[in-house]
Amino acid sequence: MALDGNAIGGLLLEIFAADMTSAETTCAACGAVRPVAGTAVYLRGPGTVVRCRSCTSVLMVITRVRGRNCVDLSGLDALQARP
Amino acid sequence: MAGTAVRGRLIWQVATVATVTDETDAVRTIALDLPDWPGHHAGQHLDVRLTAEDGYSAERSYSIASADGEPVAITVERLDDGEVSPYLTQELRPGDQMEIRGPIGNWFTWGPHDGGPLLLIAGGSGVVPLRAILRHRQRSGSNVRARLLYSSRSLEEVIYRKELDEYRGSAQVRYTLTRRQPPGWGGFAGRVDDAMLARIAWPASQRPLAFICGPTPFVETVAGLLVARHYPESRVKTERFGGA
Amino acid sequence: MTSPVSRGFHRLSRPGDAQAGKLPPGQHVTTDFPVLSAGPTPHTPLQEWSFSIRRGGKTLRTWTWAEFMDLPAETVTVDIHCVTRWSKLGTVWRGVPVPVLLDQVAHDARYVLAFSDGGYTTNLPVKDVTGGQAWLAFDYDGQPLPPEHGGPARLLVPHLYFWKSAKWVRGMELLDHDQPGFWENYGYNNYGDPWREQRYAGD
Repeated sequence: MALDGNAIGGLLLEIFAADMTSAETTCAACGAVRPVAGTAVYLRGPGTVVRCRSCTSVLMVITRVRGRNCVDLSGLDALQARP
Repeated sequence: MAGTAVRGRLIWQVATVATVTDETDAVRTIALDLPDWPGHHAGQHLDVRLTAEDGYSAERSYSIASADGEPVAITVERLDDGEVSPYLTQELRPGDQMEIRGPIGNWFTWGPHDGGPLLLIAGGSGVVPLRAILRHRQRSGSNVRARLLYSSRSLEEVIYRKELDEYRGSAQVRYTLTRRQPPGWGGFAGRVDDAMLARIAWPASQRPLAFICGPTPFVETVAGLLVARHYPESRVKTERFGGA
Repeated sequence: MTSPVSRGFHRLSRPGDAQAGKLPPGQHVTTDFPVLSAGPTPHTPLQEWSFSIRRGGKTLRTWTWAEFMDLPAETVTVDIHCVTRWSKLGTVWRGVPVPVLLDQVAHDARYVLAFSDGGYTTNLPVKDVTGGQAWLAFDYDGQPLPPEHGGPARLLVPHLYFWKSAKWVRGMELLDHDQPGFWENYGYNNYGDPWREQRYAGD
C-alpha cells in the first residue's frame, strides 16, 4: 500500500539508531529534496520500497533476510539527518 | 549476535495496559504503563508488537493520542478484517502486555515554538495525532491560532467529540460528515473540497502550518487542495494511514 | 530478550489440518488476496498496451491487446505461494500459456527476464515458463484482472514464489545467462522454489 516515510520511522530507528523521518533525501535520478516523511513508501511486500514522490524512482529498498535488515540506499544522492 | 541483542533491549519496551476506554462503537483508547518511557511529542507515533503463544508476532503503528508529558495512550480503530485492531479494541484488558517501540517521528510533530496559525485536517482516525497537538497547545497555554477540520462518515463516528466541542472559543473545530448527517445539521457535509477550504483554511499570506492525517487518498486530495491555495509544500505536513 | 506473550492474541487465519499437507514449508493459508506492491499501480490503457519479446536490444515480436486476445487461452486452478508466507489455494485464472508466445520466436535462450510497467523485473529459466507451468493471465476468478492484482495482464508461474509472477508484465527479454531481477537483486533467491523454501539468496 502507498504510505509515506512516517510509516517506516520505526524500521529506520532500528537501522540507524536515530529518528530519520526529518532526514533530508536527495533523489539520485531527479535531484528532488524531501524529508524521509515526504517520500512514497510501499510496505508489506517482500521488502519495503521507498520512492521519490516527484519522479517515482526507487530511493531505498529495505529487506529482511534471515532476521537481518538489508538496506540499499543507492537511489539516494544524499541522506542528511537533521539535528 | 550480542550487539543486536543489546540494541533490541533498548528499542522495544514491555508495556502493560493501564486502562481501556471506548470512544465510539469501533474505537478504543488504550492507556499504557511504560516505566522507561522517555517522553513523547504531540504528533508522534509508536509501534506495537504482539506475540502469540505459538511465537507468531505482528507489528502495527499507532499515533499517540496524548500530549507531551501525559501518560502514553493510543487510540485504535477496529477494522473488521484486521488482525491486530480487533484484538486491541475488543480482547485486550488492563494488565495485558505488549511491546512498544517509540516514540517515533520528529517531523510530523508540533510544539508552540513551531508557531502557526495551525490548520489541522483529519480524515477518520487521522484525528488522533491532531487531537494530541490540540491537547499540547491547550496544556502549554499557547495562543497560536488553531482550526481543526475533521472529516467523519457520521456524527456517531466522531472520536473525542465531547473534548473537541469544548475547544469552542480557544480553537475552531468543524466537522464534515460525509455519509450521514443528523436531522437539522447545519455543519459541513460531504468530502473536503476547495469550497470548504475557502471557508476554513487560513489564507496562505498568514504563513499557516498545516497538518493533514488520514487514509492516503484523503491526505493526497487535501494536500493538493492546500498547495493549490498556495500553501508551500514545506508548510503542509502529511501522515498517511493504512492497514489493519 | 524474549518477547512477552500478549494474552489472547493469535494469527488471523490458521491452516486447517486437511490443508497442511498441501502447503510448502513456512506458509499459512489465507482466504483474502493481499495486495503487495513495490510501487504505484500503473494504469496503461488497453489501446497502448503491448507485450514484446526482445533479445539483445531488439524487439523480435510484439502483440497488441487485440492480438493477445486472439491467442488461445485456458482456464487453470492453481495454488499460489507468496514469500511473505501466505498461500492461497484453488485460485482460478484465465491466460495464454507462455509457450504460445515464446514459440512464435525462434530462439535458443535459456533464461528470460520478465519486465513490467513501472520498472519491475524478475528472472526465470526458460524451462520454468514452458511445459504447462506459466501463463500470461488476464482474468482472475472469472473477472478481468484488476489493476491492483496486476491487470490488464500479469505473469502467472505458480510453482515458484509469487514474486516471480510479475504484475503489469509487458514483455520478456531473452537471455543466454541468468540475470537477477528486482527482488533477486535485493537479497531474494534467484530461483524461488517454495517447496524447497528458497526464499533468500543462498537458501
